[in-house]
Amino acid sequence: MSIAVEQPEAVVEEHPVAPFLRMDRIPHIWCPTCGIGTVVKCIATALEETKVDVDKVSIVSGIGCTGRAAGYMKLDAFHTTHGRAIPFATGLKLGRPELLVTVFSGDGDLVGIGGNHFIHAARRNTDLLVVLVNNFIYGMTGGQNAPTTPLLAKSSTMPYGNFERPFNLPHLAASCGATYVARWTSLHIRRLTKAFKEAIRRKGFRFIEAIAPCSTLYARLNRLGTGANLMRFYHDHAEIRHGVDPRDVDIGFQDRIICGKFVDEERPTFTEMMDEHYSKTFGDKYVPLPPEGGMIRENSQSGDAAGAASSRREDS
Amino acid sequence: MKYWRKPLDFDQVKIPRGEVRIIADRCKGCGFCVEYCPKDVLEMSEEFNRKGYHPPKVVKHGECVNCNLCEMICPDFAIFSVPLDDEEPEAEPGESLEQSAAASGPPVAAQQKEDGN
Amino acid sequence: MKTDPAGVLTGAHYLDGDFACGEGAMAAGCRFVAGYPITPSTEVVERISRRFPMMGGTFIQMEDELASMAAVVGASWTGTKALTVTSGPGFSLMMENIGLAAMMETPCVVVNVQRGGPSTGLPTMVGQADMMQARWGSHGDYELIALSPQSPQEAFDLMIDAFNLSELYRVPVLLMTDECVGHMTEKVVIPPAEEIEIVPRKLTAQSPEEFLPYRVDGSYIPEFARAGDGYRFHTTGLTHDERGYPVMSAECQEICVRRLLEKITANADKIVRFDEEETDGAEVVLVTYGITARVARMAIDLARAKGVKVGVIRLIVVWPFPEKRIRGLATRVKAFVVPEVNYGQMVLEVERCAGGQAAVVGVPHGGGSVHEPDDICDAILRAAK
Repeated sequence: MSIAVEQPEAVVEEHPVAPFLRMDRIPHIWCPTCGIGTVVKCIATALEETKVDVDKVSIVSGIGCTGRAAGYMKLDAFHTTHGRAIPFATGLKLGRPELLVTVFSGDGDLVGIGGNHFIHAARRNTDLLVVLVNNFIYGMTGGQNAPTTPLLAKSSTMPYGNFERPFNLPHLAASCGATYVARWTSLHIRRLTKAFKEAIRRKGFRFIEAIAPCSTLYARLNRLGTGANLMRFYHDHAEIRHGVDPRDVDIGFQDRIICGKFVDEERPTFTEMMDEHYSKTFGDKYVPLPPEGGMIRENSQSGDAAGAASSRREDS
Repeated sequence: MKYWRKPLDFDQVKIPRGEVRIIADRCKGCGFCVEYCPKDVLEMSEEFNRKGYHPPKVVKHGECVNCNLCEMICPDFAIFSVPLDDEEPEAEPGESLEQSAAASGPPVAAQQKEDGN
Repeated sequence: MKTDPAGVLTGAHYLDGDFACGEGAMAAGCRFVAGYPITPSTEVVERISRRFPMMGGTFIQMEDELASMAAVVGASWTGTKALTVTSGPGFSLMMENIGLAAMMETPCVVVNVQRGGPSTGLPTMVGQADMMQARWGSHGDYELIALSPQSPQEAFDLMIDAFNLSELYRVPVLLMTDECVGHMTEKVVIPPAEEIEIVPRKLTAQSPEEFLPYRVDGSYIPEFARAGDGYRFHTTGLTHDERGYPVMSAECQEICVRRLLEKITANADKIVRFDEEETDGAEVVLVTYGITARVARMAIDLARAKGVKVGVIRLIVVWPFPEKRIRGLATRVKAFVVPEVNYGQMVLEVERCAGGQAAVVGVPHGGGSVHEPDDICDAILRAAK
């Protein structure tokens, strides 16, 4: 017995990124003028245009408004516990290295409760594409102060204005070792899509901060209007400065937002370093995990670690 | 469109033409498509969709250049544009979509909000 | 199916319980381990980290136990058998993601080498005080399976059983050892790979169009699809329907969560396992597990020498608890005696199942060392009166 869900009306012609969305769950829960949907559209477009094997793309999200994105994307989607999207994604990636694992979650989830995992995954240069949608607040739970809430901004737990210094996320990511760091707003749709496309083609810990309006909480609690007003604010106050030092891109309340690509380098990923080191140490005896993963199959199947390992033993 | 001076490659560059498709029942009335369309093709309508929001409507027929900006910026997957065929004669400034469409045939059926007609 | 020989260190070895656990995991086909150092469990992953590179396994030391458990659940969704290892404080940290594994129905194994608690407690000394936490540690209603070995040999054997049970029932399985068994060195015989039966991850045969991640047709266990095979499923820790989509309603909760419970309770008879000795005509039945079962052997001999008819139920599968057997015995024996290295945890289960039909005498011990056999024997003699 299943739960009956009201199906939306069928449309004759469908939206171009419909193949990447779970259309049986659209319209989604995000508020009018929320920017998360735009970021989802951009990443769906990027996946389509880079022509990656979509079967091998997994999306992992945490808890929060942005965390609901996994539920709307037609990929192997994992809606995990609060803050633990990154280690979950690490397990996915290390369990089956051929997967393109993306983490799509919010500021509170990824750098609040998930802060420790964020910095370590960046340090290890784990091969993950991390999209952090930053709306400067904990939206889903009613507008509490977040690690990214600008100084003096109001929230439900800082009703007289925030007096805690917020994170400068590109600086955090870059200093921990991310190899691709960029920030755009949900207004910069083409540049954001281009950043996704670039990051999809890279490897290592790629971090993209997508600033998006939160109408119902951040804008309302700070009397900034709706998300449309925030979008106009991004339009007037976003400055594009590629390659600038990430230390200088912190965001003040209703202050300029510096966007651009700040870090784009290549460094060996966690898996590459592991493979290289063990190959050196063990030579032929090292059995790396095959791209399709460590799943033990019936011995009659070829091409897996079990088959490879036993055939290697037979040869020696 | 009006040019300050005619560009040197005016004869080689073809301005694309497109048509806006609106999936009205998904729209949440945010207004981004209306605000950011570079050709001001859209306006918020007075109609209500199933959820009580005002979806947009096309007011400047024939002006859409298929830039896809509405499609990219809509957070609700409620609007997109499709390119129009090249076989039709170019709509000269002042000629409406109906006049050029009458020459080439009606557009593909979809939920399309039209101004008044 | 037979296990992958690459992980099997066939032969007779002299190993401590932690190393035996590690060998058991490798023999069972585990190929992903995420862990965080915590005494007295660290030797398990140290052993694994030494041998894994030779068999296509990946070991990663994560930044904390929360990450370790999350990584284990993630890796399991690629079809890989995954393990993490911890002790009391780490066990507490892992609870949320153990709940996630239970809700998402992810096969995985967690080893808890128990030590004295609460909090930092006695890091290098024995305890058995996490037994109730094993069952009830995570929030909400869920069921899982917990095993308790009494020797390094059994630690090896039960690791293989733990992985097999987790695959069969798509549930996190806990191996509740303790510091004594973990650091005790004994002979461990590891059989040839052809003699080790493992339950491989069973993948669905349905096509991506027809597959629903949590649909069950009559059975309690849904079919599994691994990430990357094109099934494009959605799974979540939220209460979900058979499509894996969150549905926030009481009806969905009833369907979703009740099945998580029933898949274990309805199969309890197949899962429950214990060693039974001389319970026919016994006056007193000892209910023990883990290291206390070894200590109790001497106490039993002492008591029998004094003429008391002592029977033993040694729990091997601790959760689900062998309710039926205890209920059955309660009408025929004078008393149960339950020694444990804690202030009374499994004794509460025995009391519940005995239902007042027999006396239940606990023999608590705070931890830091094991019981004196005389203390257990005294309790048996008192109970026999």
